[in-house]
Parts: sequence; C-alpha cells; structure tokens
Amino acid sequence: MTDVRKTEFHEPAARAAQAAEELQDVQGERMVLNMGPSHPATHGVLRIVLELDGEVITKADPDVGYLHRGDEKIAENMTYTQFIPYTDRLDYLAPLANNVAYALAVEKLLGIEKDLPPRCQYIRVMCAELARISSHLLGIGAFAMDLGAVTVFLLTFNEREKIYNLAEAISGARFTTTYTRIGGVMRDLPPGWTEQCRKFCNEVIPVLNEVETLLTRNRIWVDRLRNLAVISKEESIDYGLSGPNLRGSGIEWDLRKAQPYLCYKDLEFDIPIGSIGDCYDRYLVRMEEMRQSVHILYQCLDKIPGGADNKSNEPVNVADGKIVLPPKQKVMTKMEELIHQFMLVTEGVNCPPGEIYFGHENPKGELGFYINSRGGGTPYRLKIRAPSFVNLSIISKIFPGCLVSDTVAILGSLDFVMGECDR
Amino acid sequence: MQTQSEIGYDSKIEGDMIVTRVDAALNWFRKNSIWPMPMGLACCAIELMAAGASRFDISRFGSEVMRFSPRQSDCMIVAGTVTYKMAGAVKRIYDQMPEPKWVIAMGACASTGGMYRSYSVLQGVDNIIPVDVYVSGCPPRPEALLDALMKLQNKISKEPVLGRLTAVTAVKS
Amino acid sequence: MPALEFAQKIKAKFGDLISEPAEFRGEITIQLGDAERIVEVCEFARRELDFNYLVDISSVDNYGEDPRWTVVYHLRGLAHGGELRLKTSVSEEKSELPSVTTVWKTANWHEREIYDMMGIRFRGHPDLRRILMWEGYPYFPLRKDFPLAGKSTDVPGVAFTKPAPLEGGPFVTAPGGKDAIEREPHVRNPEGPSS
Repeated sequence: MTDVRKTEFHEPAARAAQAAEELQDVQGERMVLNMGPSHPATHGVLRIVLELDGEVITKADPDVGYLHRGDEKIAENMTYTQFIPYTDRLDYLAPLANNVAYALAVEKLLGIEKDLPPRCQYIRVMCAELARISSHLLGIGAFAMDLGAVTVFLLTFNEREKIYNLAEAISGARFTTTYTRIGGVMRDLPPGWTEQCRKFCNEVIPVLNEVETLLTRNRIWVDRLRNLAVISKEESIDYGLSGPNLRGSGIEWDLRKAQPYLCYKDLEFDIPIGSIGDCYDRYLVRMEEMRQSVHILYQCLDKIPGGADNKSNEPVNVADGKIVLPPKQKVMTKMEELIHQFMLVTEGVNCPPGEIYFGHENPKGELGFYINSRGGGTPYRLKIRAPSFVNLSIISKIFPGCLVSDTVAILGSLDFVMGECDR
Repeated sequence: MQTQSEIGYDSKIEGDMIVTRVDAALNWFRKNSIWPMPMGLACCAIELMAAGASRFDISRFGSEVMRFSPRQSDCMIVAGTVTYKMAGAVKRIYDQMPEPKWVIAMGACASTGGMYRSYSVLQGVDNIIPVDVYVSGCPPRPEALLDALMKLQNKISKEPVLGRLTAVTAVKS
Repeated sequence: MPALEFAQKIKAKFGDLISEPAEFRGEITIQLGDAERIVEVCEFARRELDFNYLVDISSVDNYGEDPRWTVVYHLRGLAHGGELRLKTSVSEEKSELPSVTTVWKTANWHEREIYDMMGIRFRGHPDLRRILMWEGYPYFPLRKDFPLAGKSTDVPGVAFTKPAPLEGGPFVTAPGGKDAIEREPHVRNPEGPSS
C-alpha cells in the first residue's frame, strides 16, 4: 500500500477547488445555467433557466414562445376551412388528431356534430387512434433516446413509418395530413386501406412487446424514473394537467369516456391510470394507451359501416350543400350546387353567432378550441387551449429538488410539443 | 500525369495510389462526411429525425452524427419556422460554427416564412444567415432532404478551397 | 342538466351580479357584471360547487365596443363532470382585473398569455410578464387594431421584427368586413384590408 503524498498545486485553477472550501462566502452561490432553446433533449425550442446549487436544481423558469407563429391571429383572418392546415402543425406529432379536434369544434358550433354519418365517425376515430399511437411511439422513442436507449428510438420510428404510409394513402401527405373537413372528411378510405391498417395493428403489438422487454423491467430505466417528479392528485388538478400526465397521477379523467364524442360510446376500451404520478407511471400509462388504441382500431375495422371498400356507398360527409362542397359533376351542371360551391369557397361555412368550447382527447392531453363567432365564415376569436402549454407550467414546481440529469427524464415524461405550446 | 477528371488513377503505373489536385481531395473528404447541426425547430424536425432513422438512412451520406454542438459540425440544417424570438439564437449558433460551414434551409418556413405570414415569424432564415440549399415542402419528404444533401455535396465538390486562402499580413506590434 | 343547476346556485348566491344563464349548443354561460368580484365568484365555484379544474381563460377584443375586453373562464368539475363558462367584461381605460391564481394555479400561465397578447393586466398575479413574445416588445399582438403582418420593432440584443409581406401571400379575409366583396379571401396589401 503506497502512502498518499500531499501535493501542492501551483496553478490558480487547480487551487480553486481548495479555495472553495476555504472561502465561506463563495460556497453559498448558486449557478445560473441556461438550458437553451437549441438543446437535444428539450423536444423542441424550449428554454429553461435553471438555478443550481451544485447538482441540485433550486429554481427553474421555463421560457416558451420560441415557436410562437401567431396562429390565433391568423385564424381571425381565415375562413374555417382555410385554417385546417394550421391545425396540423399544432401538435405536429399527431396531426390527424388535431384535424379531428378542429373539425369537431366547428361542427359543434354549427350544431351538426350529431348528424355526422356513421362511416365518417368511424374513420375519424381510426385517424385519432392512429395519431395517438404515432405520438406515443415518438414520445417514448425520444424519451428513451435522451436517456441513452437509442435502439428504442429506431424501433419506434420504424413503426411510425408504417403509420406514415397509412396517412399517405388516406390523404396524400405523410404527416400534416389536413384530412378532415367541416362536415366530413376529405375523401373516403382508399381500397386496401383497412387491410393495411389491420396488418399494421398485427405488427405493432410485437414491437410494443419488444420495447417493454427493453425498458419496463430494465434496472437502469426503473432506477432513473421511479419516484422522480411525483405529481400528486391535487397538484395535477390544480395545475390543469390533462391526458397521460393527469392519468399518471391517478385521476380518472378521459374525455373519450367522460364527454363522449364521435362513436366512442360504441367502442370498448379501458383507460390506464397510474398510481403515484412519477415519471415511470406516465411512461407505463403511455405504453398501455397504445395497446388500448390498437384494441380500438381492431374494433373499428370490424365494425365500420359499409365495410372495407364501402360497397353500400355510405356517405362520409354531411349531406348539406351549405357546409360541404358538392360533387364536381353537379357543380358544373346545376345552378344550386354552383352557388353553394361559390359561397363556400369565397365566404366559408356560414356559422351562427355564438361561442363554444370543445375539448378533444389528444395524445398530449386535452386540445380545446374556444370559438367566438359573430356570424359569417371566419371566427371572431379562436383560442386554442393547448395541452402542452398547460403541462409545461408545472415545471417550475417539480424541477426544484431534482438533479440536473433528471431534467431530461422529466421533460421526456411530460411529453410536450412546442408547436402546440406556442401556437 | 495528365488527366481530364479530378482523380487520376492508373493501377498499372502507380499501384494503389491516386493522383489528384489538393482541392479535389479536400472537397471529397468534406462532402462525404458532412456533420449536420440540426436546428430542428418545428414539424420539419420530425422529418429530419425520420431521415436519420432507419428507413431513409442519412448515415449513407456520412451525416448520422447529429450532435447538437456547433463547434463540431459542418452544416446547419434549419428545419422549421424561425420566429423573431428564435432568430438571435440561430444567428449565435451559426456564428459559433467553424469554417467551412454550409446551411440547408429545410422546408417552406425556413426558406421564406412558409404559410405563416404573421407578426412573429421571420420570413426566411436567409435574412440572418447565408443559405446554400433551399428545400421546398411542408414538410419536405426525407428523400427531398437527402436530395438537398446531394446538391450540397455537388456544390462542395466545386469549391475552390486553396484559391480562397488570403495572405496573412504581419501584425504591427 | 347539472351545469344549469350550478349556474343557478351561483346566481342565487350573488344575485344581480350574475346574469341569467344562457344556453347555446349544450353549454351554459353566465356573465359577471363587475370584474372586480371575479375572485369571490371563482372561490365560491371551487369550494362550494367543486369546480376544481380550470380548463382555460380566454380574452376577446370587442374592438369598437365598450367595454372592450371580455375575459372568459371555462370551469369544470372533475368529480361531477359539469362545465360552466363565466364571462366578465373590462373596459379599455381600466384594462385590469384581479388574478385568480389563488384559486387555481393553472391560471398563472393563462393570465400571462392574456397579458402578453391583449394587454389586460391582472392584479395580484405573482409574476406578470410576457410569455410568448420577448420582454420589451412594445405591442399587444392579438388586439384587433394590430395588423396581422406585424409592425417594425427593435429591442437591441434581443430581437427585431419587420412587417411580413402579405402581397402575393395567402388569401386572407377581412374579419367582420362590411360586405361579401371585402370578405372574400384574396391577396391583401399590408396597408389595410380594403385594398
């Protein structure tokens, strides 16, 4: 056993450590660290100003708005149909769900949400559930990649490519689909889509099982996430959380069950609820939600009116010429349809004056649209209640007390998207 | 050895040796290992990630090293809407990249502001940094991004590297 | 429906301060006459009627009318599932009302956003500063007299803005335009909607 020699350092930088022990007034100083807008683990452009005491965070102040594009002001200048592409880009991980949410909100304002043909409702439910699977796959993939498990990212992205194929078949674009319209959808399912969807459902379950094998009982994963950033029930309600974050804390609230819309009443599914509200619970809730979404998709594929190729010619749009564009053959030959086409394109759907709020169960939480209309084809005020905006406000409450390396885990478990937060 | 192409190679004479100009060699090294600095801001970032995933492998082009460190990267891919609030950060990160550096403006929002003609969106990232390749699309498919990368490689291969060096003047003390 | 009963209970407690509940598309809306009493009404709603979840706070700019601002609160009770909309008006000279952050903590960020976008101040808010735009930005963008294209500003060292070119741009309508010709979506020059 060699004896330890006491070394004298001559450089000031090396003596700084010793100096810190000696100088009492330097010891209490907190360091301000900027977790800047360009950061690999902030899932978009989020800036958090952290105040650190060594490794422990004492204060956290999130700074949002780096992706504020002025959607609400744009909405006041556009007709309802013109705004649909902007809704895609809100939560850009699940654009089909945003489209469904916006279309349902405007239909609630018009008062026709009960008149939607059943085939259209089933198609929209399938779109929303595919979007949910897509968003959770990316959420968990990016979450795992930030914590070091890069394989999960590649596995989930592979499955997302299959969802992109489905979205491309149905609407033409991989994501940013702009698929729904006021009163229906852009067009019916293409032939062969339901078989493709069923094949995808059969293939995604083994991949989910593989991700579970890699992560759920993994010692490192559990150690990093268990008992981290526990959000109690009262806090989650007080801070307005929604979606998997709220359900991870143990609150049973899912808009698909509490305020059912479309055809969710006819479908059987469970809602996973967490027990203590830590990061691990939120991860488990998301994994189980994906399985439930696949279960819903199987039921929709079996039950869709008109079957796979719509032999019985079920309509997919509300049959009202004042809301939905009439078929082109009639537009060119009949007067009434020509007038409807002209009015719908130039003025937009004529909505009654009034105000509504519609909340939709998006993968990130509750996406709500508050539309204040004074008649006409453009909204007077469109407020988007973004789940990510509200979910981020809890950061200043749960960060203090955690270590710096826990920030990545907490941000990943909250699963927010800046496009939605900043609008 | 006289040759029409950049790289002259005749195994019978030289064996395993390639004769070329220094410019061509430097450009060949640079273009086949472009390390991107992903400035992933919005939806185009998801297509950028998809380009880096296994289906549209960007690693074929030597660019899978998506480190978020500007000091170690060659090309900044601005993917997404640049708002006025973010513009300062984008410029600062661009300034921190060492020469030679290139910029790909991916998507409609980065090229010209896209469909967001509003009070808070910078109408094109070329207002603050010089852009080499513009990619259109909202979002562009990953194949379009790979095509842009190939166009950037063509541009790099034509750069006169040594011709750009200027003489260093003595510093007056 | 239960939401109507809750609205009537609030009306019974506060009397003339609250308007008659109005119903549209299945939702109940009540108006509060005096914006200063909003905290009392919200506390009553939370403690007695168990509206423990604040879904959203919005603001509407009634340009050209007085009072100019309408602040809209969406309340929900997770236990009973009832929803209620509470509206209150603030005049432009005052542009201020008490903050409800003591009742629901989520109101913190919603009120910061309303301050940032509309310019309505909230008295008693713990940290009222801009959230989506940067500190020092001189305008309130969501007001009706602020153009969509924006105005030139410069906060040195932080950010600059220039008006966005709308000519050749998306076909925008003029909201609330007088007639169909003005409301038709077409290319507009940034000077104004009527060109």
